[in-house]
Parts: sequence; structure tokens; C-alpha cells
Amino acid sequence: MTATVALIDYGAGNLTSVMRGLRRAGIDPVVATSPASLADAAGIVVPGVGHFSATAIISDAWREALLARVTAGVPLLGICLGMQWLFEGSTEAPGIPGLALAQGSCQSLNKAGSYFELTPGFVSVKIPHLGWNRVEQPRDGVQGINIGSQFAELTPDVDSRDSRLLAGVESGAFAYFAHSFAAPVGPETVATTTHGATFASVIERDNVFGTQFHPELSSETGAAIFANFARVVGR
Amino acid sequence: MSSQLTRRIIACLDVRDGVVVKGVNFQGLVNAGDPAALAARYAADGADELIMLDVSATIEGRRAMVDTIRRIAEQLSVPLTVGGGIRSLDDARAAFEAGADKVAINSAALATPELITAIAGRYGSQAAVVAIDAKWDDEHAIVFGRSGTTASAREAVEWAREAESLGAGEILLTSIDRDGTRQGFDCVLTAGVSGAVNIPVIASGGAGGADHFADVFRRGRADAALAASIFHFADTSIPALKRWLAAQGLPMRMTTTEDSSC
Repeated sequence: MTATVALIDYGAGNLTSVMRGLRRAGIDPVVATSPASLADAAGIVVPGVGHFSATAIISDAWREALLARVTAGVPLLGICLGMQWLFEGSTEAPGIPGLALAQGSCQSLNKAGSYFELTPGFVSVKIPHLGWNRVEQPRDGVQGINIGSQFAELTPDVDSRDSRLLAGVESGAFAYFAHSFAAPVGPETVATTTHGATFASVIERDNVFGTQFHPELSSETGAAIFANFARVVGR
Repeated sequence: MSSQLTRRIIACLDVRDGVVVKGVNFQGLVNAGDPAALAARYAADGADELIMLDVSATIEGRRAMVDTIRRIAEQLSVPLTVGGGIRSLDDARAAFEAGADKVAINSAALATPELITAIAGRYGSQAAVVAIDAKWDDEHAIVFGRSGTTASAREAVEWAREAESLGAGEILLTSIDRDGTRQGFDCVLTAGVSGAVNIPVIASGGAGGADHFADVFRRGRADAALAASIFHFADTSIPALKRWLAAQGLPMRMTTTEDSSC
């Protein structure tokens, strides 16, 4: 039987490419029309591009329904802005909270005084970070960078080698990125990417997954990730 | 290491009334094949992106374009940019719904610069590409609208800066002087624009050989380079081009079937 996966449509960018990519992985994507409709979903995908403030349209009712399903063990995949929304928030829209399923808040990749500018080795680069970059899976887990009060605890819970989302994806594989803000490396990080600074490009904890890049536009890397998500959902 | 972002090779499809065409200096179009079939071939060959420009001359041709976008998008799992004939937010919406990941606006942006902000606000800056067609007049690169037929009062660098401030996420910069000539990209024009903005610049017009791409990435400081005719007529294969550029030390995305040893 084909697994039904709910897509959260909050109007940020188009869903066409995401739905095409999911279908190719054997997933039957359905655009969720109400918080209640999430109850039937075997998996949930939060796609999205654009400004963090676009997530404000996801009301408290949606948030509660989503968190209830995630707590019940339903796999959740956030893509690009959808992944950033899984963090505590973003300096792009300071008044809007994220879901706080991952620690830290998202910051500009190229702004004076930002978290990333303070990380060692920072170099000013063009943004948006637009194009194909490498998704690195450090062999001995991922080392976070503790600056100020970003993290109290930096021990990675998930080793890249155990990642279900990245199964069969080689370290250094190319993926397509299109973003200006990014999530700091933290406990949920299973892969990183460097553009000016090093940021979290894949996160994973239990049934919560996120990719900063667009699997739907990432050719064979993206196809492998959607296939892995389909496997997690189908379980 | 500052970034491992690769330089992008973009294949361009100029589509008129449902078929791919290509001209020289924006004129003298010849038929180069079926858009969906060419798109599938380029994606399989490792093109990092595709851009489809609608150069239809008729209203019927424009109506058919949504169907063409859909047919191309079905073949792809790499980004697709659609340009030509995007004059309003409604046109942009139709392109996105048919499967475009970005839209490129040119004449409409010149006439109504706020359209850039409207598209960026609705779909994100990364989806708002501003296409600039420029032609040298003594020491000034003048921006042209309406497929290179109408000179504007704008200069390329200033217009690129303004487009960036209005929310453009990327500049598609075409040299009208070089378009279709295969004499090499205009590295002076490209470097001028790329150095003036903090958003990626795609160089277009004049690709003839692999060395032209190396030149525009290095001297021209281009983030991506676009070509049409050299790919359509199979003079240059994308895998061979990317292998050669990687061997020159330029960061390239190599696909698994055409892997580099570096």
C-alpha cells in the first residue's frame, strides 16, 4: 500500500517540485487542508522557501496538531525553510517562534555580528547561498560550536553513520541549496555544509528530520533521501 | 575553506511555439528540437540547472507555454527557471504552478521594478531572477528590453544593484554583443556586475568552448554560466565540459556516472 504523506502548504513557494519528488519515491503526497486532516497521515512534510515570517500563517491549531503527531511517532521532514522552522526561531523574523524540535535559532549566513560571522574561519560570501554544495557527514559525529548561549549541551545524539535519512548517501554528496539563513550546528546535526561558515544541512532525531537543501531539486542525492524517508514512513 | 559551492553549468532552452530555437545576436532562429526531450538529455548529462526562455511571437504560442513548462518539469530533478513573457505576479504564479522553481523577469522589471519585490515577497528572493540583456555603447553597458530590441535608460551595473536592493536573488546577465557568436563570454561585463552585487550572477552569451567557461568563472567572476547552441548541436557535451573544468581546479558537481577523481 502506498503511504499517505501530508504536505503542509503555508503558501511559501510552490509545492509542485516537492510533490513530484515524493511521488517518484513511491509516496502519495496529499496537501493537508486542516489540522485535523493530519490525524490520517503516515508522515508529514513541511516544504518551503522564502522568508521565515511566512511560517506565521501556521496557526496554533496547526502547531498543536503537528506536535501531537510528532509525539505519537509520525515521521516529520522539514525542507529548507521547513527545516529552519523546526528550530526555536530565526533572527529573520524574531517575533515568530519555530517548533523547537531542534536546539538553537537560525541566523543570516552573511551578516555582521551574526552567529555565523563569529564562528572560526568565517569568510564573507554571496547570499543567497544558491547552487550545488557538498553535504558532509563527519565520521566521528558532528562537533558543534559553542558561542555565547547558543547551546548548553553539544554532544551529538545521532552519529551520521546511524542516520536513517542519509542511508546510502555518501559523505560529500552534492545537493541544491537556495537560502540566506541557516541553522547552527547542534545536537541534532547529522550533516554539515560550508558556505562562508559551517551550518547544519541535515538534522535528525528519532522521527524528526530536516534538510536545508532541496531534495526535490537535488537529482540522485535528493531521490535517495526521499526514498529513505519513504522507508521510514512505511515502517 | 570559505565555501564548497560549485560553479554551475546551465543549459538554456529558447522555446518558440513549443519548439527549441536558437539565433545569433537575438535574430535568425533555427529549430533545435523538442523542449522536454532536450531537458531530459541535459539533466541526465549533469546540467546543474535548466532555464527555459519563452520567445514565442504569438498569443497562441504563449498559451502553450504553461504546457511546455509542465512537460519539461516532469523530466527534471534539478532546478528549472522560466523567463520570457512573465509580466505580472499572475504570470509568475502560472509558471510556478506548472513546475518552475524560479522565474526570470526582464522587460517587465524594467517597466515595473516593483514586480521584483512582489515576486520575491511571495515566492522568496531565490525564486526571483532578474534577467539583464546588455550591449556596449562606448564605455557603457546599456540595458535592453523587449528581446534586445529596445534600449533602456539604464546601465547594467546600476540596474543590477537596484534589482538586488528590490529583492532579486540572482542576476541572469546576457551580452547581446556575444549572444550566439561562440566567441566567448563578455568577461568585462560579467566581472563588473558580479563585483558590484552580493547575489549570484549567471553569465550568458558567447559560449563557444570549454576555455570560455573557465575564463568567465575566473576573470568574469561568474557564479554560473549558461549556454544553449553549443549544447543543442552537440559540439560540446556537458560531462566533458565539467570534467575539463574540474581538472582546471574549478569546483564542479560531478554526477555519479561521470565522477571526477579529485
